[in-house]
Amino acid sequence: MNDKDPAVAAVLPPILARWQDDPTALVQILREVQEQLDWISPEAIDVIEKALKLPRSKIEGVASFYSFFYTQPRGRYRVLFSDNIIERMQGSVALMERMCKCLWVEKGKVSEDGLVSIDTTSCIGMGDQGPALLVNNRVVPKLTEARVDQLCELIRSEVPLADWPAELFVVEDNIHRRDVLLDSDLAPGDALRAARERASHDGLDAANTRSWREGLPGGLIGPASVIEEVRRAGLRGRGGAGFSTALKWDACRNAPVADGKERIVVCNADEGEPGTFKDRVLLNSYADLVFEGMTVAAYAVGATRGFLYLRGEYRYLLDQLHAVLARRREAGVLGRNILGIAGADFDIEIHLGAGAYVCGEESALIESLEGKRGTPRNRPPFPVTNGYLDQPTVVDNVETFACAAMIALKGGAWFAGIGTEKSSGTKLLSISGDVAKPGIYEFPLGISVGQVLEACGASGTQAVQVGGPSGTCVNVAEFGRHIAFEDVPSAGAFMVFDSTRDMFEVARNFVHFFAHESCGFCTPCRVGTSLLKNLMDKLANGHGSPYDFGEIENMNHILQQMSHCGLGHSACNPVLDTIARFRPAYERRLSNVNYEPAFDLDRALAPARLMTGRDDEGAHLSVHFEESQP
Amino acid sequence: MSATFTLDGKEVPFRDGQTIIQAAQEQGAWIPHLCYHPEFKPHGSCKLCTVTVNGRHMASCTTQATAGQVVESNTEALNDERRTLLQMLFVEGNHFCPSCEKSGNCKLQATAYELGMMTPHFDHFYPSRPVDASHPEILLDFNRCILCSLCVRASRDVDKKFVFALSGRGIGTKLIVNAASGRLADTNVAMDDKALEVCPVGVILRKRHGFAVPIGERTYDKAPISECPDYSPLPAKEEA
Amino acid sequence: METKRKLRVATTSLAGCFGCHMSFLDIDEHLFELVELIEFDRSPLTDIKVVGDCDLGIIEGGLCNAENVHILREFRARCTKLVALGACAVNGGLPAQRNHLKLTEILEEVYHTSPGLAHGLIPNDPELPLPLNKVHPLHEVVKIDWFIPGCPPSGEAIWKALTDIVAGRDPELGFGTLHYD
Repeated sequence: MNDKDPAVAAVLPPILARWQDDPTALVQILREVQEQLDWISPEAIDVIEKALKLPRSKIEGVASFYSFFYTQPRGRYRVLFSDNIIERMQGSVALMERMCKCLWVEKGKVSEDGLVSIDTTSCIGMGDQGPALLVNNRVVPKLTEARVDQLCELIRSEVPLADWPAELFVVEDNIHRRDVLLDSDLAPGDALRAARERASHDGLDAANTRSWREGLPGGLIGPASVIEEVRRAGLRGRGGAGFSTALKWDACRNAPVADGKERIVVCNADEGEPGTFKDRVLLNSYADLVFEGMTVAAYAVGATRGFLYLRGEYRYLLDQLHAVLARRREAGVLGRNILGIAGADFDIEIHLGAGAYVCGEESALIESLEGKRGTPRNRPPFPVTNGYLDQPTVVDNVETFACAAMIALKGGAWFAGIGTEKSSGTKLLSISGDVAKPGIYEFPLGISVGQVLEACGASGTQAVQVGGPSGTCVNVAEFGRHIAFEDVPSAGAFMVFDSTRDMFEVARNFVHFFAHESCGFCTPCRVGTSLLKNLMDKLANGHGSPYDFGEIENMNHILQQMSHCGLGHSACNPVLDTIARFRPAYERRLSNVNYEPAFDLDRALAPARLMTGRDDEGAHLSVHFEESQP
Repeated sequence: MSATFTLDGKEVPFRDGQTIIQAAQEQGAWIPHLCYHPEFKPHGSCKLCTVTVNGRHMASCTTQATAGQVVESNTEALNDERRTLLQMLFVEGNHFCPSCEKSGNCKLQATAYELGMMTPHFDHFYPSRPVDASHPEILLDFNRCILCSLCVRASRDVDKKFVFALSGRGIGTKLIVNAASGRLADTNVAMDDKALEVCPVGVILRKRHGFAVPIGERTYDKAPISECPDYSPLPAKEEA
Repeated sequence: METKRKLRVATTSLAGCFGCHMSFLDIDEHLFELVELIEFDRSPLTDIKVVGDCDLGIIEGGLCNAENVHILREFRARCTKLVALGACAVNGGLPAQRNHLKLTEILEEVYHTSPGLAHGLIPNDPELPLPLNKVHPLHEVVKIDWFIPGCPPSGEAIWKALTDIVAGRDPELGFGTLHYD
């Protein structure tokens, strides 16, 4: 195989065998190689190239797309501090500097002995127990100076991660308010049985299972009755867009399936929106509810294959989720002949992401599932007709499936009775920031921002970012507004900022996030998010002029109008929202001159000063021309 | 009677399955574009071909024509937005036309002329993108790459070779070649590969063929790009 | 007939090759019309060394050193409107192609390691302007009102742009006159 690197020769074959040399599993194979070898070496790519019969350029293209894959050695301990504004407010920057100092390593670099690298990563979903970090994809939350020192000691002594004290890795659920989802004690199979019960009054088992057995739409009295309940429930997608779940399922169910193809159900657990962590809790403590919902969906649309696309940051949940799936197979509610019905087949595989927010967009997620770069597709066609490997595919959020399970169990009318007319049901809010009790709160939709603030013990609040950076920023005057699709929609994040916080810095952090996560496919987002980032940094450094402010507004316009997907469309939301509500935070950063240089003029002379040893007046440039006037 | 949509007020007939840009081109109407090429599957990434369809911004290379659509393309607002995209492409890479062999035959340049771009406007990124001169006959100057992926598609779909691919993410996205060394000389590229013909800018160049056509006689000296039929922008494989 | 006040115009070349100024002279017989419309302040054409208050400043070349920045700022302070003339002023042009090299390495090679250097000292006379880390176009340091691209812009392009400006219009160049090379 490969005689250059014995580690590669030992590690690769079992991984490739487990994935059966399947090129669509490329992302998973790369992840496992990275996990075991600490990086994806050229030798490892040699082996993958031969086994998967993929061009090397494609493997390199995929490996370089995801933040958690390294094609250069990054140290045996790879530390990534979560760079969420909430965690910054809690001191994450100082903690990272402390670790860098302690371990003698510069941010973004690898220590000289190749032991450790320290860097930042986008929000890892621990906003309720931050600051947090990932070390080799294991989460360490609740960072304090003492904890950072402890980690440094473990790394310096080269203690294997497996031998680190278990309490370092404890992640709490922090559930503070329960409603119909979090109060449910659904036993595996309950919802499926109820769904069947509801549809089987005509005694036609065959009709009920027809979609599963033949991959064809059944009659109205068949599994379509499940969709009918979901329609009656008025369930809308919990991932943010709020699309009607019944419409989506119906479209998938009615999409033709070619010979040898099948329908697919995908659970989107790529919870990448900064400030959101409710899917983490659902998958940690309510995995059965989620898998049951996926199985209900499979029953409804006639799908036989399912995926849970779990964000790489939640790698620590993988083993326990596999155990839940195994238990469900054991219990006859997953796998072949579900509930003992011949031909009722549906199983779920878990694929992990590898640090790419854009994969939360459903078509990018499907690309990633197929082992490709996570670039959003051109649509139409939509995934419901041409999804995973060109097959009809339903992609729904974790919470949507949990709701679907409860709807199957208790009926659409019950669900529709909760929340508002246009926004039925409850919503899990991931609350973080300046509150007494951060964590998960389940409220009926329609709850006001003010009521939520009261419940979580917020005081002196000046703003709430509802739905994360791509959501909506509301100020005090708007605390009477309601969390609902018709007013302030939310994918789950609820980030609270009290009056001591600088809302410009909040927006700047979000803009950095979008620039880091832009997939680079389309011109406006690839270049525009970076230009916007540079402009915000210019303001932050005190070099912004009214001209730059105008430039920010132009950039917002281009991103909104021309971008390929929601990432680009939303990248300017935090800026637009904060300009509209907290304009003074921007204005006090603008200099009183009309135009400011794009770069630090005096610093641009520094290399020449160094080389010539000069430091006279002529060897410097003032920032502003006016100042240099006599 | 074929179905039609309107483009800037004029009726445009189309056949089933055609995109807006395809139908428009058949009628001789020019919609600015860089990553679109009639011979390849549309990519939809440069966004230059964005038009409004019933008021909504859509990429015309990936949007199917349907009857009755009201499409606007040649409007001041859209051309302003397209000019901004061009400016983004110019500052993202290192585009120094006076020293580029492709000048005069470059679609990026010609499109910018047509849309009256007087300045790149934004602050330059001046990225460091080393050239690949490893191949005896071909020079790759990545400084000018606009990530349109035409060479990627041509190599994959026509040459069946995967010589080119996109790598990296976001502003760090770049073009790579299919070799462990990262050098074109170590790929199986051949001189008659389609991938070598499709670069709209000056990345993929035949060595020792530069500046063969005098200024004044190059493609876009003779006519603006809006009047040039979509063609493979490389001077045909000339005899040496 | 009423005589319009002539526009007072200053010109200079920064990190450029004077090619744009040469091209300026290529407007040939239009020069006669031009002197009816404008009068020159500081310019290589007049040899006036200090820029006075002007209606228009025309600047060729980008910014490669501290002196370029000083002159550009003086122009910005003295001129109501500024024109970036030519590729170097517009996007850095040829000099900006050094931007992918490290300045320290350039100085090292030019003054230290090149064969045949007798003393190999990097000049440090305060009279000499220090080079900037990277070469920049004008609009990255001061506000530029109009841009005339081209390497150089043709005499025709310069004449068209100037007549537009004199007539109070934003300059526009059409097919054949708008060039980046």
